This record gives sequence, C-alpha cells and structure tokens, in this order.
Amino acid sequence: MYNIAVMGDLDSVYGFASLGLDVFPAGAQDAPELLRKLAEGGYGVIYITEELAALIAEDIERYAEQRLPAIIQIPGIKGNTGAGIQGVKNTVEQAIGSDILFGSEPAGEGEPR
Amino acid sequence: MASTQIKPTRMELTRLKKKLGTAVKGHKLLKDKRDELMREFMDLVRENMELRKKVEAGIRAANVNFVVARADMSEEILQAALMVPKQSVELKASSRNVMSVDVPVFDYTTRTPDANDIYSYGFAFTSSELDGAVKSLSDVFPDMLKLAEVEKSCQLMASEIEKTRRRVNALEHVIIPETREGIRYITMKLDENERSTQTRLMKVKDMMLEQAHHYSEK
Repeated sequence: MYNIAVMGDLDSVYGFASLGLDVFPAGAQDAPELLRKLAEGGYGVIYITEELAALIAEDIERYAEQRLPAIIQIPGIKGNTGAGIQGVKNTVEQAIGSDILFGSEPAGEGEPR
Repeated sequence: MASTQIKPTRMELTRLKKKLGTAVKGHKLLKDKRDELMREFMDLVRENMELRKKVEAGIRAANVNFVVARADMSEEILQAALMVPKQSVELKASSRNVMSVDVPVFDYTTRTPDANDIYSYGFAFTSSELDGAVKSLSDVFPDMLKLAEVEKSCQLMASEIEKTRRRVNALEHVIIPETREGIRYITMKLDENERSTQTRLMKVKDMMLEQAHHYSEK
C-alpha cells in the first residue's frame, strides 16, 4: 500500500487535501530533504508543482530510473510553465533521438486538443 | 588494431566463431526488443501527452475556482474547512512487464465509497464556490493518477530504449565486425602456415631424392 503526496507552495497544493492526498507545503530549502523522506517513506506517487520541481531538478533526477516513486509535475497556482510538457518531449528525445512527435507543438500554455 | 593481439590458433578460431554466433543472435534479439519497445513507447507517449494536457487544463481550471473561492472567504475559515480531510486515498501499485521493463500500474481505493466525502466541511460557513473548486479538482484526480502511471512508464521505457539502442549499436558496429576481422585473420594465417608447411615438405622431399639417387624430380 502506498500513499500519494503533493508538494509545492501552500496556495497551489492545499486543495488536494480535500481529495485525501497528503499535502506538503515546501520551499526550495526544505524540498530536497522532504522529497527524500517521502520517496523512502512509502509514497508511490509524488505530485510536485512545476515551479518547485525546477528548483530541485537534480534531486528529482535521482528517482528517474526507479520504478517508484513516480514524481509527476503539475502546474501550480501561478500558472503553467510548460515544464511538464517539456518533460514529455524530453523522454521522446531520449528514446528516439529527436523529438519527431511533438516537435512542432509549443511547450507553453497548450490547450487540450 | 585488434587482430595483432589474436593468437592464430584453431582453438582461438573456434572461440571466435562461437562468439560471433552469440553476438549475431544477441544483436537480432536486442534489435527486436528495441523495435517492440519503440512501438509500445510511441503509443504510450501519445497517450501521455494527451493526458498531460487534459490534467494541466483541469488543474488550471480548478486553481481558478480555488482563487475565486478564497476571494469570498476568510483565510481562517478556508484553512479550517480543508484542515481535516474526510476522504483518504490508498494507492495500490502493481507492475507490468513490457519487454523486460518493469512499469508500474496504479490502482486506488478511497477509504469511503461515498463520492460526497470530498467535502470535508459543513456547508454553513464556506462559499459555494469552494464546493465547485473541490469538485473540479476531484474530477481531475483519476486522470492525474493515470498520468502518473503513463508518464512514469514512458520515462522508464525511454531509458531502457536508450540502453538497448546503445547495445545494438555496439554489437553492430564494434563487436561483430571485430570478431569477423579476427576470424578472417586467423583463417588466413592458418592457410598461410599450411602452404608454408607444404612447400617445406616438397623441398625436403626434393633434397632427399637428390641425396639418394642423384637426380632431381621434375
């Protein structure tokens, strides 16, 4: 059994508490330590706001090769930085060598098709 | 040059031939693995992109709702309303094997089956916008979980594809040609040795005949 965590600035994450997810407001200083604790503490999915993820990219990178936890970027209250979409593009680039699928799509505020 | 280090013996030749056989077989298998992984990855990453767009739009909309809800209520009441959640989510993670890559499969159960348990507050002091905001967030949640599963799978598969591609290339462009070269070198060397032995024997025979009968064989 695993839990689900949401990390980010308080304004972006407090709503998720109502769904029954564990909410952890964090800044750039305490985020790496918190992420480590969550990853080892039985959290299977960790949602993290794009702004916070950008600050602790190396710490997130460490869990990329592991099956769990899945660290997923979500847009915060300040809007969408496009980092999540960029992440998907990066995986395509890693797998294929160049982004042939979504190369023409902008990484910014993409509306669903 | 690698061939200078190869000992031109029959044993080495057998070893190299075996190695070549394994390398060629391995190359074919790895290439098949790469192609199949690539095919699965393509489907999955398209789904990933679609889900991500859907989730990001959903969360953006929910965030807008939350901002509106906050504008209508004091900070304290809002905090108090969401402080003790009624609902909790438990995540079950199993794994699926795609071409030897272990990808996670998530399944969640809520503690209570009642869909209305996302409202962890009495409705007396909170605005109706908050209800809407919480509802909109809860609507996105199944997609968020699906996104987590798909995106993690994509990441794991991408790194596996990268690794497999490197192996395929190393076999195709380094190991197999080098082994072929080694086999060629040994075969040539052995042939050469045989020819030199042959001529030596012929020469010796000539000399022996010359000694015995004092004539040279034509």
